[in-house]
Amino acid sequence: MSAAQQQATEGDDGYNFAYLDEQTKRMIRRCLLKAVAVPGYQVPFGGREMPLPYGWGTGGMQVTASIIGRDDTLKVIDQGADDTTNAVNIRRFFARVAEVPTTESTAEASIVQTRHRVPEDPMREDQIIVYQVPQPEPLRPLEPREIECRKMHAYKEYGLMQVSLYEDIARFGEIATSYSYPVMVGDRYLMSPTPIPKFDNPKMDDFPALQLFGAGREKRIYAIPPYTKVKSLDFDDHPFAVQQWEEDCALCGAEDTFLDEVILDDQGGKMYVCSDSHYCARRRAEGHEGKLSESAARAYAAAVGAAEEEEA
Amino acid sequence: MALATSLNASGGIDTAELRPGLADPVHDSQHIFRGLLTALAHPGRPVTLPGDVAGPEPLDPATTAVALTLLDYDTPLWIDWIADTPPLRAYLKFHCGCPLVERSQDAAFGLVTDPENMPRLALFAQGRDQYPDSSASLLLQVPSLEEGPAVTLKGPGIRETATIRPAGLPDWFWNDWRLNAAQFPLGVDIFFTCGRSVVGLPRSILAEG
Amino acid sequence: MYVAVKGGEQAILNSHKLIAEERRGDTEVPELSLAQIKEQMQLAVDRVMTEGSLYDRDLAALAIKQAQGDLLEAIFLLRAYRTTLTRFGESEPIDTSCMAVRRRISAAYKDLPGGQVLGPSYDYTHRLLDFALAAEEGVGAPEAEAAEAGVDESIPRVTDILNHEGLIEEETALDGDAGAVADLTREPLRFPAGRDLRLQNLARGDEGFLLALGYSTQRGYGRNHPFAGEIRLGEVAVEFVPEELGFPIELGEITVTECQMINQFAGSAGRPPQFTRGYGLSFGHCERKTMAMALVDRALRARELDETVEYPAQDEEFVLYHSDNVEASGFVQHLKLPHYVDFQSELQLIRSLRRRHDEEQQEAAE
Repeated sequence: MSAAQQQATEGDDGYNFAYLDEQTKRMIRRCLLKAVAVPGYQVPFGGREMPLPYGWGTGGMQVTASIIGRDDTLKVIDQGADDTTNAVNIRRFFARVAEVPTTESTAEASIVQTRHRVPEDPMREDQIIVYQVPQPEPLRPLEPREIECRKMHAYKEYGLMQVSLYEDIARFGEIATSYSYPVMVGDRYLMSPTPIPKFDNPKMDDFPALQLFGAGREKRIYAIPPYTKVKSLDFDDHPFAVQQWEEDCALCGAEDTFLDEVILDDQGGKMYVCSDSHYCARRRAEGHEGKLSESAARAYAAAVGAAEEEEA
Repeated sequence: MALATSLNASGGIDTAELRPGLADPVHDSQHIFRGLLTALAHPGRPVTLPGDVAGPEPLDPATTAVALTLLDYDTPLWIDWIADTPPLRAYLKFHCGCPLVERSQDAAFGLVTDPENMPRLALFAQGRDQYPDSSASLLLQVPSLEEGPAVTLKGPGIRETATIRPAGLPDWFWNDWRLNAAQFPLGVDIFFTCGRSVVGLPRSILAEG
Repeated sequence: MYVAVKGGEQAILNSHKLIAEERRGDTEVPELSLAQIKEQMQLAVDRVMTEGSLYDRDLAALAIKQAQGDLLEAIFLLRAYRTTLTRFGESEPIDTSCMAVRRRISAAYKDLPGGQVLGPSYDYTHRLLDFALAAEEGVGAPEAEAAEAGVDESIPRVTDILNHEGLIEEETALDGDAGAVADLTREPLRFPAGRDLRLQNLARGDEGFLLALGYSTQRGYGRNHPFAGEIRLGEVAVEFVPEELGFPIELGEITVTECQMINQFAGSAGRPPQFTRGYGLSFGHCERKTMAMALVDRALRARELDETVEYPAQDEEFVLYHSDNVEASGFVQHLKLPHYVDFQSELQLIRSLRRRHDEEQQEAAE
């Protein structure tokens, strides 16, 4: 054992700073550097058991734990929202084991850990976004075998994926993939953008912030350096297109964000609101209003006569 | 320093002679790593590494800092003959525990302090088709990052182009780098170090002299 | 006014209070002590240690108590603790031929050196609920004279006996470097996986999964005619060579169960007909697990023995990637996490596909 390994700063509960031991961090850090050097390639890493279950963000957490320091500010989102249970839980974990300040503001964060979304606010060069990855292998739905997938990546043999997308077009008239929509990184590696909606795919291209991806259960790390070409697969006669909504955000009126559908009653009533909760809140604070923003909502609620408790 | 003073009779390490490692291993190495990550994510951009750690001759503080941050018993290291001194061996063994290998091909990391006489890039592990991550990373300590001939870089991490001027590289270096980049995703990654600065050069980057 | 579903820290903390309450149950009933779990729920402790990959009866008992008896949750707790422990190195291989045997049976020979030692076993119990155990005052001290002490002298392993005649394959050293044993707690799975990696994976693997796979080989999905050559339970010494000493010192004893299956093998181009081996080992007393493990180990050797790989139990990617219940449980249960965004994307897609479908139907009708 070397001297560095013996010394460790103990934080909460006697665990090391940011939970992981220094040897594990070093191993993950080396993998992160490889991942940056080979954009889109899945680097195998000795993933550790985390105190949260596999599938709940352990890969993203290991990446975050390996990069985070005392002068970082962390934002954690799940489905674009800062207040979903899992996001709260992961933020709570790092506040506890790394004693870092946390924030809901994308602009204030130095590290954003995310599940299923890229924030609506632009990110900068001095920020890092860490994606939680349930299934890093974009070819897995077509080929369950790791050995086969690895060969396809090695020889850039992505015909299987092209054929599958083309079959969609033949059958449905469009590519029937709405999230986890595969991308080519730097014209070399086919990559799963994690289950973000394809709406977010274009944000990954030429993105100023470093994008890191951690898959804990599958034990893979990959990365997209800043200003790297990320192209969603498509065909000349069927170009890639993102989702669009006929409505705007009912709360902040945004016209260009990813919207969650919210069911209002059992009569088919619904509205759409920004999935990025912080972005939406900030816009409302700036005075933007949607048709169901607070004042509108009150009027609406009064009209349908079912608003007493919310009003209070 | 003679061998006998750094290695005691039983082959163990005389810690009294050793230079110190990182003052705060946990937080210093985190800081240094973030510097390295920035350097590799923004190839060509010099990054000043925190932590003023003075390793044994002939290592610059940045070279020492990178070694202390990335090396351990899982990373076989090759060092060039100028750096291969008993104090340096003892230092690395004590602080990192990394095995030292004779052949550059066997190393996960190469430590070069005399770039003019360094092995050709192809003599380091290049990675395998299915595991390009199994290639070597080189810590290349140069006499200057500003006084060498200008080289223009393009590729992931660089918005338009970047220019670097590492000095002291052998004539063949940039031609070898062209070959290195041509076999992407295989190939070595390089960290140029000098003083307290580091410049990253991942294999994905094309260079024009 | 619509309020986003607020998980909120308070909700999480409240949920933790609720599980604490449920865990404790009726406070009129005395609280379980770790000693009680350790002493009276030994087989649960053994399973948790085995699949949790950590030999520590006290921590396993704690994990079982904390998990309200949910063994998979307890295994997870132990794994998450284990991963934070400092690694000092590798022990010397344990030598099960020097085991202090408490149970040892062979289904291959009626009598053999060392004899058959039935030991503690549920095998010949009549599975009738024993209402004596339900009595408030308990059952008191068991009949001590019936319990057999460990058989201390070294008993040869059945597979070693067969070895004299060359009837069973030699236990070969690991491919290449015999010193470097794979360790999937430090490195990810890689394929093709060596037997060392496979055995480690199976030893940590879910008992239920291995049981089903082992059973499937018996029903024809990769049949290899197994005989329970030997199952033994007992204590073995664990030795470690500290670098500064250069010779092994004994760290202590652990209880293990070992199963050696003997399997028929008709031979192949390169190998004469002979028996082959399947191996199972667990911490503590996990007999069913080690038997299932030995069946699956043998099935996974198909490639190496030039057998056709056609069934799930022979498919190393299938078996090794799905055996770990901490991984499997996490991923299955992660479906509880919100997937609003993906679901919204799918809603949009399916609406679009339905619109197109309707349009096409209409066109066809016109």
